Amino acid sequence: MNKCIERLNNGIIKENPTLVLMLGMCPTLAVTTSAINGLGMGLTTTVVLTLSNIIIAALRGVIPDKIRIPAFIVIIASFVTMMQLLLQAYIPSLYKALGIYIPLIVVNCIILGRAEAYAYKNPVLPSLFDGLGMGLGFTLALTLIGLIREFIGGCSAFGYELNLFTPVAIFKMAPGAFFVLALLTAIQNQVKITGEKKGKDVSRIQSGCGADCASCMVGDCAERTVPAITEEAVVTKEAVVTEEAAGNEETAATGESAVNTETVEAASEDNKSEEVQA
Amino acid sequence: MSDMMNVSSNPHIRSKVTTDKIMLCVVLALLPAAGFGVWNFGLYALWQILLTIAACVLAEAIYDLLMKKKMTVTDFSAVVTGLLLALNMPPAAPLWVGPLGGVFAIIIVKMLFGGLGQNFMNPALAARCFLVISFPAIMTNFDCDAYSGATPLASLKAGEVVNVFNMVIGRTSGTIGETSMIAIVAGACFLIMLGIIDLKIPASYIITFILFYGFFGGYGFDPYRLSAQLAGGGLMLGAFFMATDYVTRPVTKKGQIVFGIILGLLTGIFRVFGASAEGVSYSIIIGNMLTPLITKYTAPKAFGEGGERI
Repeated sequence: MNKCIERLNNGIIKENPTLVLMLGMCPTLAVTTSAINGLGMGLTTTVVLTLSNIIIAALRGVIPDKIRIPAFIVIIASFVTMMQLLLQAYIPSLYKALGIYIPLIVVNCIILGRAEAYAYKNPVLPSLFDGLGMGLGFTLALTLIGLIREFIGGCSAFGYELNLFTPVAIFKMAPGAFFVLALLTAIQNQVKITGEKKGKDVSRIQSGCGADCASCMVGDCAERTVPAITEEAVVTKEAVVTEEAAGNEETAATGESAVNTETVEAASEDNKSEEVQA
Repeated sequence: MSDMMNVSSNPHIRSKVTTDKIMLCVVLALLPAAGFGVWNFGLYALWQILLTIAACVLAEAIYDLLMKKKMTVTDFSAVVTGLLLALNMPPAAPLWVGPLGGVFAIIIVKMLFGGLGQNFMNPALAARCFLVISFPAIMTNFDCDAYSGATPLASLKAGEVVNVFNMVIGRTSGTIGETSMIAIVAGACFLIMLGIIDLKIPASYIITFILFYGFFGGYGFDPYRLSAQLAGGGLMLGAFFMATDYVTRPVTKKGQIVFGIILGLLTGIFRVFGASAEGVSYSIIIGNMLTPLITKYTAPKAFGEGGERI
């Protein structure tokens, strides 16, 4: 049970998919014009994510390694279709507001990422809580962004008109989404930096891959997505075992990847100074 | 160590012209346009200018204090930003609008990207676009005590007759600082004589615009319409004071001419085919974003480079 609570905490705070992992940016930027839309999108995604995590975790011994991505997509797409029909039937206003972004949940990288990074390698119960935690983290971030945008851009909150000041309409448009997302990410980073200074442990918890995808130096998942067509085909069972071992090693290698990023940055700075000289 | 050897990287010869001197000259050059705006629209315009400048300077000072950075307000760039933004405001806008735009210009467009020299677009223009998008009703209402009705460019677009002589002098409606072509060009001449700006960007901008308007405007090279288009709107202010911003223009000579041509084309497209009568601020912002690309492709080759490889 401890592990389940740890998964929830990991998804909502430590590895918040929107503000820390920077995944699922498309719905984050597009549908957060109001708090209700953000909440609706977040909860829909949570349901799909939790259910698909359960099914994928349950089927992880059955799905062949080579075609696991298509298999994930089929499972996720089924749940998205179900959610779409349910929304259309019972909450038509939300269905209209979210529009094309409901079918697009299929390609939401949070869902595919959790399937690939966690559910495919872990038992059903932790996967369920992983999906729940990640989904709630996504919901929290989206609702927060939506609330801020709605308040500044329309001077209302959850649909209630407040009439406190002249609304700054740009916050309801695309630039406003970027402003608010950047602001929240900056606050999150600041909290993390002060926490680190006080000696709190802010390292990422094991979630399949220790590095964040935006600045990934490990590149291991790319190898896993396009596996070498040699021995793996023969001994699939063994491959799974070694992958799990590799997954554990990666968490240890996070520090190393940070060093790598630094060297890359230094190199790019060198390039810049060369350009200036030229 | 430093007492014995002065080890420094190039450049070794330094100009005496510093950022704060240049910025002060730009402020001086903008004073005729600002003064004319105050005379034309009344004391309320002066309040707008002063409050916007104060908001910019204060925002920069507070940001520097909070972020524990070196105090940078003494370089006058915040004053220039505030003044330019105020000159782009409608004369009857509520007094909080300009300062809000000033804070946006300084904090979000300039300081968050690293301060003066790092901003990727002109802060004053970005703030103006921010305000136009956020408060379209306020920012396009040019009615004030002195004038009512549409700006000359809008009337021209609607097919009405405008008085070009008044437009050149500046006795028309419009934003605070854009109306008087004479005052703006006088300030620009001051900057050109001091060598702070040169004619590459303004000339290529204005000539491209004239050619575009002549070919696609639907009236040929009709002197009445052309002069009204040149004197009306923010073309002069934009061409001489905002497109020539050191930070957001291309560095190379060739690049500056390309930059001016792009701005001229964009302004022409916006004014001729756009729904709105004006398009200078959007053209310059789009040009600003193309600047790194232009600089990259017009960079001169280093000596010895570029020969045919065997």
